[in-house]
Amino acid sequence: MNIQDSWLLPEGIDELIPDEAAQLEILRRKLVDMMRGWGYQLVEPPLIDYLDSLLTGTAKTLDLRTFKLIDQISGRLLGIRADMTPQVARISAHKLRNNDLSRLSYIGSVLYTLPEGHNTSRNPIQLGAEIYGHSGPESDIEILQLMMGVLEIAGITSSLSLDLGHVGIYRGLAKYAVLSENQEQELFLALQRKALPEIEVLVSKYQLKDDSREMLLALSHLNGDVLVLSQAQQIFSKAPDGVKLALENLIVVAKMASERLPKININFDLAELRGYDYHTGLVFSAYQVESSQAIATGGRYDDIGANFGYAQPATGFSLDLKMLVRQLGRATDDKQAITVSWADDLAQHKIVEELRNKGEMVVYNLPGFTNLKSRRLIQQDGHWLVTEVEK
Amino acid sequence: MPKSLTLALSKGRIYNETLPLLKALGIEPIDDPDISRKLILSTNQPDINLIIVRASNVPIYVEYGGADIGVAGKDVLLEHPKAELYEPVDLKIACCKLMTAGPINAVMKTSRLKVATKFVESTRRFYAKQGQQVEIIKLYGSMELAPLVGMADQIVDVVDTGNTLRANGLEPIKHIANISSRLIVNKASMKTKHTAIQNFIDRICHVVKEHNND
Repeated sequence: MNIQDSWLLPEGIDELIPDEAAQLEILRRKLVDMMRGWGYQLVEPPLIDYLDSLLTGTAKTLDLRTFKLIDQISGRLLGIRADMTPQVARISAHKLRNNDLSRLSYIGSVLYTLPEGHNTSRNPIQLGAEIYGHSGPESDIEILQLMMGVLEIAGITSSLSLDLGHVGIYRGLAKYAVLSENQEQELFLALQRKALPEIEVLVSKYQLKDDSREMLLALSHLNGDVLVLSQAQQIFSKAPDGVKLALENLIVVAKMASERLPKININFDLAELRGYDYHTGLVFSAYQVESSQAIATGGRYDDIGANFGYAQPATGFSLDLKMLVRQLGRATDDKQAITVSWADDLAQHKIVEELRNKGEMVVYNLPGFTNLKSRRLIQQDGHWLVTEVEK
Repeated sequence: MPKSLTLALSKGRIYNETLPLLKALGIEPIDDPDISRKLILSTNQPDINLIIVRASNVPIYVEYGGADIGVAGKDVLLEHPKAELYEPVDLKIACCKLMTAGPINAVMKTSRLKVATKFVESTRRFYAKQGQQVEIIKLYGSMELAPLVGMADQIVDVVDTGNTLRANGLEPIKHIANISSRLIVNKASMKTKHTAIQNFIDRICHVVKEHNND
């Protein structure tokens, strides 16, 4: 790198300059307050952690995406978090171990070794909230409403759509069809791409019973509006109980969601298996019409915590705060600032401090500078006055 | 405002063989890409536009949301195994085979093979499945030349009639995959413009079935 290029950041790494950082901070404060109002307690897990605990429950997906280093003290592998959820789960399982519910929220930088999908930076700021200790649809709907509430506060209300799925349906069908681990993975990949020609080839290659084959083939068609759910009830009427329970769970949440989020367009996709490695129930994502990827995602992951010695049901959501901020545009934070010429005058400084204590932004023009913001502090007839600057 | 759909196509064989399918859906481009220099073509349907991009860029445009739908060869899709998109329909057009090929009657080398191809992902996966580690030379076209000038022992390419291979003293060796064109769909579009896209998919499935029953 030559000197001319030394300002370049690594690929996929970005920084926020003043007006953007101000917007982020304004939003962050609003969201922390809002989540607090719902009873979510803020936690602040460390940026680096033992790799083992970072990869708990999500091993396959997160391993490649986590930066690794060696701890000089213990000789063990450390990771820089690529997702805060496992850390928050550990806090809930270990520190707050009790039979009670815990509601936790978190905001912090995460790092990816590789960009995820597209348009995504390698250093997002993850914001999320989780409920531990409850396994019914009531906690699913609470998290869904909280996520939509967060998006609303972030100013993203128009043209939002919510995509709901349930990983229990495919998992139950795969178990019923006695698919091997490899077959389950192979078919999962084809389902993720709704690659119907491949799905047909795979399903006939596995030589399944007729009912298994038909139900697996139906999965990739089961997406769309609420009618999908009644279609699914017919198609899976003879399915094993696990599949039916999963579908019932989805139907209950869907009904509550349509009543509680009447302005949101709700879609269903029974082959949507995002986070299949660790999700165990409802999965959801929020989309905006004009964006080409989900703006917030979440779901249920009941098996987490067992690795920390205390298994507990869990559901939550997370999003990239920077992505929201970029949509909001910049906040010109110093619009209302007051400027004052610097003078070696303690009386003047006292006035300045009083204004600052009232929450005003007061900026000294150091000798040689005459920058003006929208207001200025001047002395007139022995009195200090804040006056509007004429344009 | 009605939600409009953008469809990404590549010039040449895919464009020519997709047009009859679109025509059966009542969609006809107003401009001819061979004459017009426009990259966005309007159609007789006000809510459907076509964009013309390079074949290997079609999955990228669709994944990034530059287009809602696209038509891409399976050969190109196999090179993007991690692309976040849907590929729900086999359009059964632009059919050919992905094959390995080498000089006619060449003696099998025992040392590491050099393979020239633009299909790096498929090539690596295919030879690895055969238990063979090969050195891959990435080229952007006219792979047939590489064995002739001693740069590579074999090539991996799409083969239709096999005429180009024969004209250069090569023969097809092993079959890797059957190739045809797929309708691909942006994931977010599938969710936010579901009715329009599902309708398009259903209609084009119907047309493909009819065309292949003739």
